[in-house]
Formats: sequence, structure tokens, C-alpha cells
Amino acid sequence: MISVRGITKRFGTYAALHGIDLDIQTCEFIALLGPSGSGKTTLLRIIAGLEFQDCGEVLFNGKDVSSLPVAQRRVGFVFQHYALFRHMTVAENVAFGLSVRKGKARISKTAMRLRAEELLRLVQLEGLGARYPAQLSGGQRQRVALARALAIEPQLLLLDEPFGALDAKVRKDLRRWLRDLHKAMGLTSIFVTHDQEEALELADRVVVMDHGRIQQIGTPDEIYMNPQTSFVSHFVGETNRIAAATGEVHFRPHDIELVANGSETVVVDNVFRKGGVWRVEGLLEGSGQFVELDIDTAHSQPALGETIRFRPHRARIFNAYGAPHQGEKS
Amino acid sequence: MHAITPRAARWRQPSVLPGFGLSFGFTLAWLTLIVLIPLATIFLKAAGMGWQEFLAVAFSPRAMAAYRLSFGTAAMAGLVNAVFGLLVAWVLVRYEFPGKKVVSALVDLPFALPTAVAGIALTALYSPNGWIGQYLEPIGIKVAFTPIGITVALVFIGLPFVVRSVEPVLEDLGKEVEEAAATLGATRWQTFLLVILPTIGPALLTGFALAFARGVGEYGSVIFISGNMPGRTEIAPLLIVTQLEQYAYAGATAIAAVMMLASFLVLLLINLIQATSRLRMVP
Amino acid sequence: MITRTTTEGRLTRALLIGLALVFLGFVLFLPLVVVFSEALKMGLVPFLDAIHTPDALAAIRLTLLIAAISVPLNMVFGLAASWAITKFQFPGKALLITLIDLPFSVSPVVSGLIFVLLFGANGVFGAWLAEHDLKIIFAVPGIVLATVFITFPFVARELIPLMLEQGKDDEEAAISLGASGWQTFWHVTLPNIRWALLYGVLLCNARAMGEFGAVSVVSGHIRGETNTMPLHVEILYNEYDFVGAFAVASLLALLALVTLVAKTVLEWRFDLHAGARH
Repeated sequence: MISVRGITKRFGTYAALHGIDLDIQTCEFIALLGPSGSGKTTLLRIIAGLEFQDCGEVLFNGKDVSSLPVAQRRVGFVFQHYALFRHMTVAENVAFGLSVRKGKARISKTAMRLRAEELLRLVQLEGLGARYPAQLSGGQRQRVALARALAIEPQLLLLDEPFGALDAKVRKDLRRWLRDLHKAMGLTSIFVTHDQEEALELADRVVVMDHGRIQQIGTPDEIYMNPQTSFVSHFVGETNRIAAATGEVHFRPHDIELVANGSETVVVDNVFRKGGVWRVEGLLEGSGQFVELDIDTAHSQPALGETIRFRPHRARIFNAYGAPHQGEKS
Repeated sequence: MHAITPRAARWRQPSVLPGFGLSFGFTLAWLTLIVLIPLATIFLKAAGMGWQEFLAVAFSPRAMAAYRLSFGTAAMAGLVNAVFGLLVAWVLVRYEFPGKKVVSALVDLPFALPTAVAGIALTALYSPNGWIGQYLEPIGIKVAFTPIGITVALVFIGLPFVVRSVEPVLEDLGKEVEEAAATLGATRWQTFLLVILPTIGPALLTGFALAFARGVGEYGSVIFISGNMPGRTEIAPLLIVTQLEQYAYAGATAIAAVMMLASFLVLLLINLIQATSRLRMVP
Repeated sequence: MITRTTTEGRLTRALLIGLALVFLGFVLFLPLVVVFSEALKMGLVPFLDAIHTPDALAAIRLTLLIAAISVPLNMVFGLAASWAITKFQFPGKALLITLIDLPFSVSPVVSGLIFVLLFGANGVFGAWLAEHDLKIIFAVPGIVLATVFITFPFVARELIPLMLEQGKDDEEAAISLGASGWQTFWHVTLPNIRWALLYGVLLCNARAMGEFGAVSVVSGHIRGETNTMPLHVEILYNEYDFVGAFAVASLLALLALVTLVAKTVLEWRFDLHAGARH
């Protein structure tokens, strides 16, 4: 189990992390989700030992590793831009972690070669061992980076926006494949991303971060259905936010009921097809605030200027500090 | 002046911008006049000498001694600069210390300082009663008027080539690759040896080759400190000047031709290094 | 402030910095200091006297004249060459660039020799020149030629990489808006490259004023007539007039320092990587 207690980190006068507490169980796949500047990468690097915290501890299985240099923590780190050694072949890259070991931990050259081949097979890059990174595609390079990190049999796998530099299609494929690999190898993984779709799809639990603080920790379902703060509510999934007397009302575009006596009325400004629904954009009668609604295509396409009455479901109210009021608005 | 060119002249792609004829024509003319024709004269004259005479003069014992001296000291100085130039580049790129900007600017001094000034300054320092020479004399190390002095002068001349070749590559290296090596368990020394050094290798080699090429042809900074004794401390460029002063044009030309050939070979080598490294390194 | 955890220990760092500074101190700093020290050894008056002798003044004038001719010439060439190379597509570009770089790889003495072979008394045009009572070698025109050759690539080398990187977009936009070629060059291209141009001119000038080997071969060392400052330094030195030699040398050293300062300022303004292309 990996634990983080009271981690605080400052860069000059800028506070990147404020007292972070987190527990990660073995074999969990955790996503650190947040916008840029939220501190998620800093936290990841502190866990790896690539940054030092100002206060707090990092515990691997109960033992504080804060004083342990990165080279001795046995964490596998996958960088956003791969950081492959350009002057070495793919196989040499993968075997690097094994080739720098000394003394008893060192294995024979043959063993290293076999292990590298095994890992390349695992990441489906069999036969490419003699190539140089410059000759591979982005997706292939990322898989080499992964194989290289796995070669040292890490107790923890850390990934810093690993798919950020790739095309959408490649990203989707690799996502799925990473999840399968994680399960098959029984790894413990922490994954940093700003893409909430990615986080919700892959993670066992999601840690939503903003401005150096944890906003909420929960399963993807919990995060989506029960956001605890206004930030989580509008960062994860699509959200309409309406100012009201009691605070801010949040509801999802698809969480509406079209009823004649609905509490809200929208004047249609724009309509287009979005997957299996009509996406309606418009302003609320009265307050003039902008909302987006999803209406099933079983209904006929709404016309411009038409008024639609509806009632939001599962709406959440947040006060001025982003904390929730109780109760649904009906 | 728009690019409506007759078909025959369309050896280049037509373009929107004007002025190609003028700029290209002038460039070619100036280049030919100032560079190509004068340089060609060497080879024409050398060719006009006939094989026998050329070999006799270009490889006479005195000339051979001069080549050995010029190439030898240039290589030695290049090596010294490769090691210390790397050190200087490393310190300038990686570390902070007071006065770093001044030091960085000073590295270009050999580029900016006239060679004759460098020559007399170094001689003043290393002659037997010079600032440094006075301490080395008693312990038997003679610098001025020996090949060692020539090497010292060439170290001065060649330093910026190595430092400025290596610096950009070091800067480019970025910390991610070193961090990756660290996460995989490498010590700092292992990271330097296995990851950093191979990456800057081509740049280091290029810097060495540039310093070497410059050192072989260097004149002003060397002739004051070298003593200029034929067969012992006479560098090849000086031999050319001596031949000229005796109106032995053939001799001067022959030696010049040999030196130019060597320079071209080094240039070729540099281009080769850069080409092969680019093939493997471009991400 | 340490921003990387992957770096050497404090002691190692200090040692490396110390070693580098000691090396630089011996190799670079001391020579610079000794020039000024020797020049002022006997005091300020002998120093000023040495600079004011007729021969010294003539040398200074000649050096300035040479620079005033060769630098603008090579600046114009550099601009023309980089315009042709970076704004148009044609085969043989790499070869052209290599040819432009040639003077860099030639020994200064050889650079002088080639003009002696062409215009010297026994040279290709020797007879013709003698007939028309024209002197190139052992006269100012020869020095100008040799200097132009030596400093040929400086401006072009600074401009070409920058202009390649900048591309043609700005110029094409200007043309499409109706500007003529000259207007485009003057109002669009030049402002984009002005710092690199200044930089190249600076280096060109430093080399033009300080060139020794090539000029030594073509000048004939005629005091008061064909002696540039570097040659004058040599003459004084060989006559054991050390204060005189170092006095003139210190002027050149001052020029070098001014060049370095200007170079640093320009690099800072313009974020130039000065290294890879020398």
C-alpha cells in the first residue's frame, strides 16, 4: 500500500500542493485528475522521488521513503514525451534498468536480453528490438517506455499524461490496452491526466484535484453521480450551472424531464444532432442564463425560437464556497 | 519582376517572391570572384608543377617535420579542449554561480581577439621570465619556444569551438531523460557515462574537428611563442611564408595544397558525423 | 535553487565549477590581463606615446579603412546570399552553403598566398598589373582583398539559419498585399533579421580588424603604408619595443572586449544560440 500524508510543496511563493492525504491499495489503478496547475504532476513526481516535498511523508508499505533517492525506490515512471534514450536501440532501452544494476542484483547479459524480448512481446513490439526510437511511431515509443519501466519489476507504476502526445484513435487503443495490462500483471498504478473521459474509463478510483488540493476521491461512478464540490461537478462531465437565490444549481444536460409544468423554460437558440440526442442550446426565460439540454431524438427536432419547459433531475446546489447544499431541486 | 520563366530556365520551382535573379546572380558572381577563383589558383599552380616536383617539395623532410608539428600539436590541443571544453560547457549549462554571465562571454574571447595579440600575450606569459614561465622553468618545464608552447596557443584558439558545439546539445538534453535513467536505478555517474555522454558525443567530435582544423592552419597566435626553428618548431603555415619570402612559389603552393586537402577532409568528416547522428537522433 | 533532484552532490558541483574556473583563468583570463599589464608597465605616458607615433596612427587609420570597406561589402553579400538561399527553392543549396563556408576552413596564410599567386609580381596577372602601374600585392587593395576573403562567410552564416527558420510567410503576405520586392525586403525582412545582421557585422568587423596571417602575406610590411594594427604589433615586438607592441595590442584587446559585450547584449536580446554554427 502506498500512502501520502500531509504533503505540501511550494515553488518559490507559489504553493503547488496543500496538505495532500491519500491512500492507494495494492493493485489499484488510481487516476489523478485535474486541470493544469492543479498539482497532480507535482504529486506524482514527489511520490516517485523526482521532487522533494516541503512537508509530509510518502510511505511505501508503511515505511517512509522520503529520504530514499529516486534510483532506489523501484518505481516505474512513464513520461509524457517518452524520454527514450535516442542513441540506444529499443532492446537496449528496455534492458537499461537491468544493465545498471550492480553486485548481487545484476543478471547475465543473456538473461537481460531474454527479459527484454519477453517484455517487448508483452507490449506487442516483438521483433522491433533492433530499431532505434527515431524509427518508431508515437504509440510504439510509448509502449517501449512502458516496457522499459516494467523491466525493473517496479512496486509502483507512475504515468504522467502518457497519452497526451498521441492521436485520438491511438490514445483510445492504448488506454484500453493499458488497463488490460495493469490487470494481467497485478500492478499498482497511478495515472495523471487532465482528460476526464480517460480517468472515468480507466480508474478504480479517481482523485480530483484543483489548485493543489484534493477536491474529491471516489469511484468514477461516485464522482460523476455525486460530486461533492462545485468544481468536481462542473469539471467532470457536462454540467449546466444556473445562479439562483440559494446558490448555484448544477444539473447535467441529459438529466431533465420535459413536463408542461416544469420549473424552467428555455428559448431555443441552436439545435444540432449529437449522437443519439438533439443538443439544444438556449437561454432561460427570465434569468437569461445559458443552458444546454439533451432531448431524445424520439421527439421531433426542436425549432429555433421554440420554448421548451423542463424540470432538472438530480440537481445539486452549491453555495458560494463551492460546497453543497442538501436537497434536490424539483 | 515576377516569376514568369521560360520553360528552359525552370530548373528551380517558380516562386512568388521577386529578386531571385538579382540576389542569386550577385551571390554566385561574388563567390566566384572572391573565393572560387583564388582557391582554384592553388590547385592549378600545383597541377602545373608536375607530379615529381610536387611530391618532392610537398613532402620534403622539412615539410614533413612541419606537418608533424602542425597536425600533432593541433590534435593534442584538440584533445585537451575536448576534455576541458566539455567541463566548461557542463558547468555553464548545468550550474549557477556568481559571474557566470561574464565567464560565458569570455569563452568567446579567442574568436574576438586578434591572433597577433593572443600570440604576444601568451609568449609574455610563458617565456622563461613570464608570469607563468618563471615558475615552470626551475622545474624543467619549458613552454615557450617548444611544441608545448604551440599546443598552449592552440588550446587558447580552439576552446570556443568545443564549448559552443557542446552547449546547445547539453541544453537540449532536458531533464526527462536523466530522470528516466534515475527511475530505472542508474547512479549519477552511470547516467553520465551511458546516457549523457553518448548523446553529446557527435557534438564533442564536431567541436574537436573544428578546433583541430583551425589549429592546423593557425599562424598569428603561434609564431611568437613557437621560436620558429626549422625541423623543430616550425609550423606548416610559417614554412609557406618562408618559402614565399624566398620567392619559392612552387614550394609554398605545394604545401598549401596539402594543407587545404587536409582541411577539406576534416570538413568532410564533420559533415559525416553530423549526418549520421542526425539519422539516429531525430525524434 | 536546485530544481532537479537528479544532479550531482554539492561537493562535486563545487569541485567541477572550481576546476573549470581555474582552467579558464589560466587559458583565457591571464592572457587578457597580461596585455594591459604590459602595456601600462611603464606608466600611462609611454603608453599614450606609443599609440601616437605616426606609424601607429597610420596603422590605426589603415585598419579602420580596411574594415570600412570589407565589412559593408560582405554585409551586402551576406544579405543577397541569404535572400537567394532561404526564400527560393533550387537544387544545389547545400553545395552553395558549403562553398560560402570555404574561407573558414582555409588557413589564413593560404588565404594570403592565393592572392599573391594571382596578383603578385610573378602571378597570373602580374605582368598585366605591372604594365598598367597598378599594385595590388604589397599595397592596400591586396589587403582589402585578403580581408574580404577571410571575412566572407561571417554575415551569411548568421543570417541563413535564422532566415531558414523564419520561412517565407511574412514576405509572401507582404507581396500579396501589393508590396514590391524592395519594399518587402526593407520593411518586412530586415526588421526580422536586424539583430542577427548586427551580430554578423560585429563578428565580421572584429575579424577584419584583427586579421593577421593573411594580411601579413600580402602586405609587404611597409611601415606607415601597408601596416595594419596587428602587423604593427608584430613589428614593434620583433624590435623588442614591448611597451609599444602591447600598447597597440591593448587597443585591439579593447576592441575585442567591446565586441564581446555587444555580442552578449545581442544574444540576450535575441536569444541566439551562438555555438553550433561556428
